[in-house]
Amino acid sequence: MSTSPNLIAYATITRREVVRILRIWMQTLLPSAITMTLYFVIFGRMVGSRIPPFANGITYIDYIVPGLIMMAVITNSYGNISSSFFGAKFGRHVEEMLASPMPSWVILTGYVTGAVLRGLMVAAIVLVISLFFTRIHLYHPWITLSTVLLTAIVFSLAGFVNAVYAKKFDDISLVPTFVLTPLTYLGGVFYSVNQLGTPWREISHANPILYMVNAFRYGLLGISDISMTVAYAVMIGFAVTLTALGLTLLNRGIGLRS
Amino acid sequence: MTTIPALDVVELKKTYPNGVEALKGISLRVEPGDFFALLGPNGAGKSTLIGILSSLVNATSGDAKIFGVSIREQRSAAMRLIGLVPQEVNFNMFEKPFDICVNQAGFYGIPRAEAGVRAEKYLKQLALWDKAFGIARAMSGGMKRRLMIARAMMSEPKLLILDEPTAGVDIEIRRSMWKFISGINAAGTTVILTTHYLEEAEQLCRNIAIIDKGRIIENTGMKSLLSKLDVETFVLDLAQPEAALPEVHGVKFTRIDDVTLEAEMSREHDLNSMFAALTARGIAVRSMRNKANRLEELFVRLVETGTTDAAKVAA
Repeated sequence: MSTSPNLIAYATITRREVVRILRIWMQTLLPSAITMTLYFVIFGRMVGSRIPPFANGITYIDYIVPGLIMMAVITNSYGNISSSFFGAKFGRHVEEMLASPMPSWVILTGYVTGAVLRGLMVAAIVLVISLFFTRIHLYHPWITLSTVLLTAIVFSLAGFVNAVYAKKFDDISLVPTFVLTPLTYLGGVFYSVNQLGTPWREISHANPILYMVNAFRYGLLGISDISMTVAYAVMIGFAVTLTALGLTLLNRGIGLRS
Repeated sequence: MTTIPALDVVELKKTYPNGVEALKGISLRVEPGDFFALLGPNGAGKSTLIGILSSLVNATSGDAKIFGVSIREQRSAAMRLIGLVPQEVNFNMFEKPFDICVNQAGFYGIPRAEAGVRAEKYLKQLALWDKAFGIARAMSGGMKRRLMIARAMMSEPKLLILDEPTAGVDIEIRRSMWKFISGINAAGTTVILTTHYLEEAEQLCRNIAIIDKGRIIENTGMKSLLSKLDVETFVLDLAQPEAALPEVHGVKFTRIDDVTLEAEMSREHDLNSMFAALTARGIAVRSMRNKANRLEELFVRLVETGTTDAAKVAA
């Protein structure tokens, strides 16, 4: 039985992305390892050791591990696709794909898979590093896995949309700097939003990253500030909306075809 | 029985968002197996047309069919039939030529094992095999252009479109590229070539269209077009200096220097009668060449006049 041409095309883009990630591992995999190690040392050990454990015996370093893994997944999946796809646009080799018989959904899924794989690679690295500082409890494996996967997909798609609209390299660094980083820090990585007073607690619920971090924390530690149903609705809602947007941009050639 | 054309462009229009009308409703037909020249000055609309055919540019209206397959209604199926060698280098400079070719095949759904075989075949045919596993960025300009041809051949297209493939390439490499492309055409692939080297088009192509300001101003056979050139100018290098201009019926001589003359003559007169007359006057000609490429002369006149009327061209 012959393999579907679309499957071959999808595998080609995915392989090319993975080769790129591994070829420039000092830019793609190493920075998160170093940054997260510093977070574990400074916030986990030095600052965290002075914070009393949570009511159910969870130490502060245990509490921040899920958030830090999610932070790495968000940054890397977004950064991978935005830099790779914008690089292809800038170097014009995106034309190789646009002039080929590949349908738009193959291009989108190929790039998203590449970005998700980088997110998962970095998640695995950060997870291994965290084992040097604490023990990981896996309370709900399927919630843990599905959350990290959905989060990587959502931010890969967001990075793709950013790359399509970007006209210069500055345009792909604006969103991570001015939107993603603040939202991640305010998304309950380092604290529980229940500790916040009104109106900051309510405002925090408008931050999608809050739902992702809490769902992942629930998977690893069994605690969360929000309901899992709402968390999944938010993640799936964003994934569906951004997929539709990405496909529309590709089909119409916005930012890609004259 | 009518054959399905390799390319059938019908009333194709393109207006860019800034209001520039790049194509003003052009229609064009290229037969299967043809070696077709698409010529035009810069900004005439050639690259826009090629962009539309390769789905890199969205047409405003009209359609084009590749071997009967509409690029508007069956984009994927139509793209499977086309190979494109663009004007600008557009591969990833940080990848290896072998990987660039294999990935290109992958985009067309060709299994990796088969892609590897084809990559080796075409990289060898284009004398790039020794560079196949280096970084593409390190290749010379001529090598990069040949790599784009190898890449376009990975899907073994029925219609190969070459947008100025030999621009900036030295004559030796240009000739080797001509040989390769001619071989591809002889094997049955329809080739559409745009170039600013008109001797290239004259030598390689059987049919020609000239596009100017978004309109086709000429679309005919190469021989038929060249036959419209009624006056040709030759440069004669004389064996000895000549003080006076010779007078020969039907030939207008102009002195360039003591040993060089320009002879402008209509096609009604043959070269034999001119040489006979010169010999009778004791004038020996050491060598002779065309002042300009014949197609170049016609091209300039057609674009300048902007007319399809061959009679006006000859006048």
